[in-house]
Parts: sequence; structure tokens; C-alpha cells
Amino acid sequence: MRHLIDPLDFTVEETQQLLALANRIAANPTAYQDVCVHKKLATLFYEPSTRTRLSFEAAMLNLGGSVLGFSSADSSSASKGESVADTIRVISSYADIAAMRHPKEGAPRRAAHYSSIPVINAGDGGHQHPTQTLTDLLTIYRRKGRLNNMTIGLCGDLKFGRTVHSLIKSLSRYDGIRFVLISPEELRVPEYVITEALKPRNIEYVEMTSLEEAMPQLDILYMTRVQRERFFNEEDYIRLKDTYILTADKMKLAKEDMAVLHPLPRVNEIALPVDDDPRAAYFEQAHNGVFVRMALIMTLLGLADKEV
Amino acid sequence: MLNIDSIQNGIVIDHIKAGTGMQIYHLAGLDQLDCCVALIRNARSGKHGHKDIIKIESMIDLDLDVLGYLDPDITIDTIRNGEIVEKKKLVKPKTLKNVIRCRNPRCITTIEEEIDHIFVLGENGKYRCLYCEQEPNKQNP
Repeated sequence: MRHLIDPLDFTVEETQQLLALANRIAANPTAYQDVCVHKKLATLFYEPSTRTRLSFEAAMLNLGGSVLGFSSADSSSASKGESVADTIRVISSYADIAAMRHPKEGAPRRAAHYSSIPVINAGDGGHQHPTQTLTDLLTIYRRKGRLNNMTIGLCGDLKFGRTVHSLIKSLSRYDGIRFVLISPEELRVPEYVITEALKPRNIEYVEMTSLEEAMPQLDILYMTRVQRERFFNEEDYIRLKDTYILTADKMKLAKEDMAVLHPLPRVNEIALPVDDDPRAAYFEQAHNGVFVRMALIMTLLGLADKEV
Repeated sequence: MLNIDSIQNGIVIDHIKAGTGMQIYHLAGLDQLDCCVALIRNARSGKHGHKDIIKIESMIDLDLDVLGYLDPDITIDTIRNGEIVEKKKLVKPKTLKNVIRCRNPRCITTIEEEIDHIFVLGENGKYRCLYCEQEPNKQNP
């Protein structure tokens, strides 16, 4: 049985097939509205994440399936001390597929080990968030028509941002990728990401502190939020949070066909006027998140695409 | 020079990196044995300059995974009637189950009942927790 725990669980070919399916769903959603009739998705959210949970629920409802679950640990049997292993064994008899969000790293892997239904990691602490990575890939793919031969700029908190690390690892598997890593000194990409993902594949990368300087060379700009909860020291957070603010003026430095992505929510790192720029792809990205989750549910349930 | 008698029947853990013999003594559970065990520290070694050696005067089952993780350069000599009858070289095991504990406070292993602490050997030769992918703390296993 297949699960999705780590963004690299799918090979490049499998990822490509999934993105192609998501693309077909986006082009003709009504053709897929009954694919999951009588199927149930369990959303096991041990911590609140409204956007991700609703995206999963919307995906299953769009496919004609049903949804059950909980949206915080307080309303689950975890509050009575039940283990993840026991919970998933019980849920396996109630639903056909499960999406799990958990504050502890590795909880979905633990669940997958004991589950008799496919488990999707919907975010485990600061560790992995593979459906966000698939969403990012689909957005790039739909905007550029390819995932290879491009320069990707990642800007902001590159140290703690799990979406950044997962995206770097995933895109590193494609040819002709070049990374421009834009961050303050304190929030640089961890050394292990460079030594494990970039160096073994001889992937070209450059680290910079100036967003303006980087702008003209980018095909994709992936902005991130500096997250308050990652800092032990409030002073450091305040000092670093406004380092990079993407404005309409800075957008003038970029290529005509560049695309701006952001995993959302944003605080102030993208100024509101940028929303009107056709290169702003972040709300489209949230929309793509539903299509990619629809494709993922179909893939893990082994449901054939009758449209092909 | 200090002399330790050679053993007639038993096991010699040789070529231990100098200074780490005591850690191996504890982690391999040798402190639990009833038989005679000698730990020799900073013995002269042609290959390494200095080394630690542990001599165990009994045929016991050693956990080679623990030893291979702690020091893959170790050799295990089996002695019968005063002669070395087998010389084993260690390799790093692919997985370590309940040999070391994950110390990451954000890892599921900190709250889940009855969970095994599993570390997996990566392509770069380093171990990472199966769940959170953090590297172990060798000073505080």
C-alpha cells in the first residue's frame, strides 16, 4: 500500500504522473466529481490548520466522497492518552484514506506503519509537508509548462522554512535547475540541505542577501514568511521579519514571465499591490492545492482516470 | 609496561579508538557480566598509536550492531584454548533498533507509548532517526 509521508516518496516519474492528473482535473473538474462516491477521507488533525484541512476536505468533496475526522487533539482520543498507532488502527476501519497533521515529527510515519489504509502526511511539526511541495510543483508546472531548466529564487527564512527545504530537495531531481538562495545571514539554508541535496548532484546555487540583485535572473520567486514561533528571542524576530518585502517597484526588476509563489499565510513580505501583478501566483497556488490533493487521493486509492 | 594475562577462552574487543573503551564497556552491557572483564586504556598500537582493548573471559553473545555503530574499526577476536579462532571486522549496521534514543524533543518518540527508537544509516554514512530524521547525539546516546 502506498502512503505519502515524505515529498521524495514519489519518484520523478510518479510525481510527473500525479501533476499531469492534477492538471487534467483542473481543466475539467466536473469529469471527476463522482470518482470517490462511497469513499471516506479521515482528516486527523492533532493541531489546528484550517487551510490545509479545508483543502483536503474540499478535495474529497469535489471527488464525490465524504469526510470525517477531528480538527484538534482536544477533540480526539489523544486527549485520553491514545497512541497514534492505536488511533490509526481504529480509523482504518472507518475510512478509506487518512490525512494526518501532527505537531510531533514522524507521527504520520508511525501511523503509516500500523495503518491498513493509505496515510497522507498533512504536516508533522517543522519536519515535512509533502502536499505543500506537490502544490508548489504543480503551480510551477502550470505556470512554466516544465519543472526543469530554470532559475528558482527562494527568499526569506531559508533556515526554518520546511517548505523551502522540501522544494529544494524535490526540484534538485530535475535537470538544469539553478537556485538563488536569498536570506539574511542568520536565516541561511542549513548546511545539510546543501551537502545532501545540492552538492551530490552538482546543482548550481548562489547565496545572496539582496533581493533586488537577484530579481532579474529569476524564473520563479518563492517568498516565505519569517515565523515568530521559530525564534527564542523576540528581538531577533523583530529585527529580521521585515528584511525582505516584495513591492511593485521590485517587481519591475523581474522577468516578464516570472512567477511569484508563497505557501501562505503572508504577513507583510508581499505588499498588497503585488497581488494585482499577473506574475503573482500565490492565490492560484492555494487553488492548485485542492487539485493536487484530488489527484493524490485518486492515486493512493488506486482509482483510474477514465478521462485518459 | 602493564601486563594483563592473555585469556584462554573468551572474546577480545580490539582496536577500540583510544579513550572510548569505557563508553563501549557500558553501552555493550559488559558492566552486567559476572565473568572477568579487563578494560585496557591507551595501549600502544602500531596502526593507531594508541588504542583501547577489552578482554572478556567468557563466550558471550555481543551485540555487534551496538559495537559497529560506536566504532566500526573495532575487531572482535574469539579465543579458544589460548588461540585466536575467529577474527571479525565490524561494519556499520543499516539500522539501529533501540541502541540509542532520539533526543529531539519534537520527535514522536518522545510521546508515543511502546515505540522503538530506530536510526537508519544514510548514503552519507550518518545515522538519522526514522521518524524525525535528526542525527543522534553521540555524547549522550
